[in-house]
Order: sequence, then C-alpha cells, then structure tokens
Amino acid sequence: MAASVRELRAKIRSTQATKKITRAMELIAASRIIKAQQRAAAAAPYARELTRAVSAVATFSNVDHPLTTEKENATKAAVLVIASDRGLAGAYSTSVMKEAERLVEKLRGEGKDVDLYLSGRKAEAYYNFRGREFVQSWTGFSDKPEYSHAREIGNTLVRTFNIDETDEEAIDPALAADELHVVFTRFKSMLVQEPDVIRLLPLEVVEGTEAPAADDVLPLYEFEPSAHEVLDALLPKYVHSRIYYCLLQASASELAARQKAMKSATDNAQDLIEKYTRTANQARQAGITQEISEIVGGANALADASAGSE
Amino acid sequence: MADPIQIELVAADRVVWSGQAREVIARTVEGDLGVLAGHAPLLSLLVPGVVEIYPFEGGDTVFAAVEEGFLSVADNHVSILSEDAFLASEIDAAAVKADLEAAQKDEDGAAVLRAEAKLRLVDKAS
Repeated sequence: MAASVRELRAKIRSTQATKKITRAMELIAASRIIKAQQRAAAAAPYARELTRAVSAVATFSNVDHPLTTEKENATKAAVLVIASDRGLAGAYSTSVMKEAERLVEKLRGEGKDVDLYLSGRKAEAYYNFRGREFVQSWTGFSDKPEYSHAREIGNTLVRTFNIDETDEEAIDPALAADELHVVFTRFKSMLVQEPDVIRLLPLEVVEGTEAPAADDVLPLYEFEPSAHEVLDALLPKYVHSRIYYCLLQASASELAARQKAMKSATDNAQDLIEKYTRTANQARQAGITQEISEIVGGANALADASAGSE
Repeated sequence: MADPIQIELVAADRVVWSGQAREVIARTVEGDLGVLAGHAPLLSLLVPGVVEIYPFEGGDTVFAAVEEGFLSVADNHVSILSEDAFLASEIDAAAVKADLEAAQKDEDGAAVLRAEAKLRLVDKAS
C-alpha cells in the first residue's frame, strides 16, 4: 500500500508542475491578446485612409487594372492559409485547415487549379505530413506579425497577378493566378473566433464595413502623375494592408484560442490533483487502518498464546 | 491667418503625427509639393524623402522621414500615408549612417535614397 501512496504523490507533483506551466501560458496569452488588439487598433487609421483613397481613384477614373478586373473564365486560384506557428491552442489550427480544405474543394469543383501559400508552421506541417504540394510558406511570426511580413507576403501574391516579363524577380508563369483567397480566423470576441474566407483579388474595393457613408461625398481629386499610376501604386499597398489586417486578426484569435485551451488545461490539472490527493489520502488511511488491525491482531494472538501456555 | 489644415501622418502600424498645421511640404514623384489651406483635392505619390509640417500654433517645424507612399488632400484635410514613417527625433543618426554605407556597398538604390533622406532630416532638425 505504501508504494501506491508514493506513486500517487509523484503523480500529484508532476500534475502540479504541468498546472504551473499551463497557468503561465494562459496568463501570457491573456496579456498578449491585449497587445494584439492594440496593434489592430493602431493599424486602423492607415487602413481607413487607404480604403478612402482607393475608392476615390476607383470612383473617379475608369482605369482598368489587372488587380481589379474580373477574368471571365478564371482557371487558377491562389489561396493563402493563415494558421499558427505553435500548437497548444485547442482546435485553432485544425479549424483553419478544415476551412481551407473546404475552399480548395469548392474551387476545384468550379474547375480552377489551386496554388497554396501558407503562413505558420502548423499549416506547413499539415501539408508536408500529407505530402501535398504548396508553393511557398512563411513562418515564425504568427503570434506577432509585423507590417513587413504582410508586405513580403503581399508582394509575392501580387506578383502572381502581374506576370511581367521585364520584372527581374518575375516568378514562374505557371504560378499566374486569376483569383486570390485568404483563409484566416476572424477574432469576434475573446470567446468566439471563426475561420473565415475572403476573396482579396480581384479587388472589390467597396467593402460593406468600410464603405464611406452616403453623406461623405468624395471630392473630385486631381491625380499626380496620372490616375493609372496612382492606382498602380495604391493597389499593392491596399493588398498589403488587407493581408496585415488578416494576420492581426489571426494572431489575436490564436492567442485567444490558446488562452482558452490553457485555461481548461489548468482546470483539468486542478481536478486531477484533487482526485489524486483524495485517492492518496484514502490509501494512506487504509494503510494505517491495516497496520492497526495487524498490531491489534498480533497482540491478541500473543496474548492468546501466552494465556494458553500458562 | 488662413484656416488651419488638419494633418495626419500615418504609418502602416501607427499614427506618427496628427494635428493642425499652417503648411506642409512633401516630396512627390513630380517634385516638392507645398500644401496650404484651401488646396484643391489631390492624390499624389510620394518618393522616400522628408516631410515638413509647420504647426498652426507656430512652434518648431516637424520633420519626418517617409518611405514611398502617397498624399491625399481634400477639404483642408491632408493625409500622408507611408508604410514606414519616422519623426526626426526617432531617428538614430549613427545607425542610419551604417545602413547607408551598407546600401552603397550593395548598390541598392532605394535603400541609399532612404538612408540619405533620413540623414538630411537629422541635419535639418538639429
């Protein structure tokens, strides 16, 4: 009996250590969500002004741009999947990957080839493990994306739209895409994060949430040097800003998912500790009872034996 | 004095400077451009360079280094957007000089322009 008490004590100690770790991760995630939200708020003015400018150009000029023109029979779609670098965040990565699979199925159903671009080590691992091909992946910043990451991803993706032979860094024409979709997790609240898909390109500039109000009439702008060149410069920036938005949403969601997962892990560890403690106490009490009854039994036997011999 | 113009100098991840100003000067692809109150609506592209803002209340001129970006003017409201922008006070001259030398070595034209703009800015502000 004593051995099992020792085993239980060891289990309690290791569970306590685990609990300390999960508790620390929970607190870290909680504090970083606030930072992630602040970053999202800080990025808002840029996105707002940029959207305004892009809608101004789109409204007052009839310039056709490869990034805004809808191809009639699109045959190729690029999909950017934003997942996390690390696990221990519950079903966060799994649900993004499921959404991505659904989207890829749907696009294939429409007769489009799909090129995958991945962000986050978990996404990379998912496709590597299944031996599926992807074009490019970016890792190492899922919980703290910088604007430069969005720019890097954005440049690569925009280049698949403007296949230009004079471009030194021109990519393989086989990668040319007609559409770009982004799969990421939208941060709705601390408790709810939903995987979501947006179609980034060709651009639909007027977005429901950010459209200027009806009374906010856009002035008649002059463009320098020309509307076309301004659009040329603005649209890639707009794409970067949208991708940055997606990365920020995804990072806030990842941290929230991690906090939730770690909170329940901490609670479970606490339950386990209580259960083990009870079992250990019972075992100890049973051991003591047994010892007492052995001593009493032994004493009685001795007493009987000595009484018999007299 | 004319009406003030409302300025917002915005980088991708933060608002660098915002407030009321008398005049703002920025370098666009067409050359230096000064904006006073009542300027016609305009959308123009910026090249890496220095933006000068003369605050409405008087006081010290605000200098900022910007990357490529754009400037939009409408209704006495000027937005200067650049993926990266720094105020003169935020720039470390020694670090920029090192960057400049590295860029000259690599013959990276855009990086040279950027570093030179930052150095000019530090000179001006001091």
